[in-house]
Amino acid sequence: MSRLTLKDVEKIAHLARLQLTEAEKRQYLEQLTAVLDYAAVLNELDLEGVPPSPHAVAQQNILRDDAVEPSLPIEDTLHNAPKQADNQFLIQSVLDE
Amino acid sequence: MNLTELNLTELRTALRQGKTSSVAATQAMLDRIVEQDNEIKSYLTVTDEMALEQAAEADKRIANGEESPLLGVPIAVKDIIAAKGAPTTAGSKILEGFIPPYDAFVVERLKEAGAVILGKTNTDEFAMGSSTENSGYFTTHNPWDLTRVPGGSSGGSAAAVAAKMAYAALGTDTGGSVRQPASFCGVVGLRPTYGRISRWGVVAFASSLDQVGMFGRTVADTTALFQAATGYDRRDSTSLDVPVEDFEVALTGDIKGLRVGVPAEYFIEGIEAEVETAVRAAIAQLEKLGAEIRPISLPHTRYALPVYYLIAPAEASANLARYDGVRYGPRVEGADMIASVKQTRALFGPEVKRRIMLGTYALSAGYYDAYYGRALKVRTLIKNDFKAAFQQVDVIACPTCPTTAFKIGERADDPLNMYLADIFTLSLNLSAGCGLSVPCGFDSKGLPIGLQLIGDTLQEATILNTAYAYEQTIERRKQLPDNGKL
Repeated sequence: MSRLTLKDVEKIAHLARLQLTEAEKRQYLEQLTAVLDYAAVLNELDLEGVPPSPHAVAQQNILRDDAVEPSLPIEDTLHNAPKQADNQFLIQSVLDE
Repeated sequence: MNLTELNLTELRTALRQGKTSSVAATQAMLDRIVEQDNEIKSYLTVTDEMALEQAAEADKRIANGEESPLLGVPIAVKDIIAAKGAPTTAGSKILEGFIPPYDAFVVERLKEAGAVILGKTNTDEFAMGSSTENSGYFTTHNPWDLTRVPGGSSGGSAAAVAAKMAYAALGTDTGGSVRQPASFCGVVGLRPTYGRISRWGVVAFASSLDQVGMFGRTVADTTALFQAATGYDRRDSTSLDVPVEDFEVALTGDIKGLRVGVPAEYFIEGIEAEVETAVRAAIAQLEKLGAEIRPISLPHTRYALPVYYLIAPAEASANLARYDGVRYGPRVEGADMIASVKQTRALFGPEVKRRIMLGTYALSAGYYDAYYGRALKVRTLIKNDFKAAFQQVDVIACPTCPTTAFKIGERADDPLNMYLADIFTLSLNLSAGCGLSVPCGFDSKGLPIGLQLIGDTLQEATILNTAYAYEQTIERRKQLPDNGKL
């Protein structure tokens, strides 16, 4: 498998919306490489025909009734908001005016 | 009556008989916290006013003749579990100041049962760690030796119970975060079957592995808390809709004919000799009690650690995407929305960022099959190992950890070495079983050692009774650190 590069680290950081310092980038490059090298031990297994297990105990399609129920009051919902206005979370504009 | 010396079961009796009150027991715990927690640092928040109100309410219910199992019993809650009106930080600066508008399912259940919540205990940030050193606030110290870690991530809860600053406590166990600190602190720690206890209101780390667990000074104490916390909840789609047995009645102490499997893969190089000796002696004790000991094999054990460290970070990277400073927590404003999100997320600590990076990589286009996809397949092999083992035995017995508590700072700069602390616990999280750690002696430094008992899906009654039977044979006096030592 190809080696992780500093450019990869920058790309992953952007995908994960993490702002890293130059020192962090170099540190993570080294540490992630070590963990991925360690994980390479999984390549020695023949996994032909083995199904994946995304869950511990498999359950499927747990649905609730389609009924209206009370939810949290708006003031409780907004209680922790860093900024709010008119009963809404206030953020910076994301579209050009 | 020295209230701090009573265990939960003894306190219940004393409360029922009117020999003490919940307010008195709660005050005794709060006093003990003031006295001890400057050094141990197990609590992030002590909710003393709320606790005393809840205690007064419980005393009224007791006076009215109500008999609820945890009525008036003061407990601690890991700070990754939401409790209405008290800060819940998950040990992270990114949730500093967050006050949940609701109780987690498990807190709801315990409040209904009449438990008193003393406060919120320290944890590695988002439960990612094995020592509490990754907490965004401070490191908890092991009550047996203040220069050592209490284990993690539920280290605050384990230390609080060991140092008699709570009669019992809730934790969460994603890769060993209840059993490993229980082992390091010399208390009992139970990790129920995935889905036994609703995760509703529990800050998500790795959703296919997370499960609420509990700590007690004794097996019976732990069982009482488990009994009250378990049950179906439709707000968690992975909650198991299964009958809840009477686990306390199941504690008979009779394990004659029980088949106990000892996996060769758990007695490997790197395990401390004193740990191996104590665990083997405990297994011999089970045999004396009438259990039948059988050697077994869990052949894919060595792959559990790499599988876990691909699956857990992958799930974490998705779960932690919600921390963007929009709806709760602090917001750091930058030039535009993306910059704000990135700068806010810089509040994550180094281990959390490391795991988000690892998980994002393992899930990214081009690498998904090679890492995450492969890990999910090996997870099937690990699950199958347990399935095959439980065809032959009822319980698996092994060490909880390869070592006793390590020194604060000893592994902090070496993530891989830190991850090894969970090598014996995380296979269980990948499978569908349940497990616990029960104290089984001390090393020559006076540090506690834990015996891990693993059961099949929903077989908590079996492992609790096995631990209970074993516990009756050990000297109770030395189970908790001496007062004088602290």
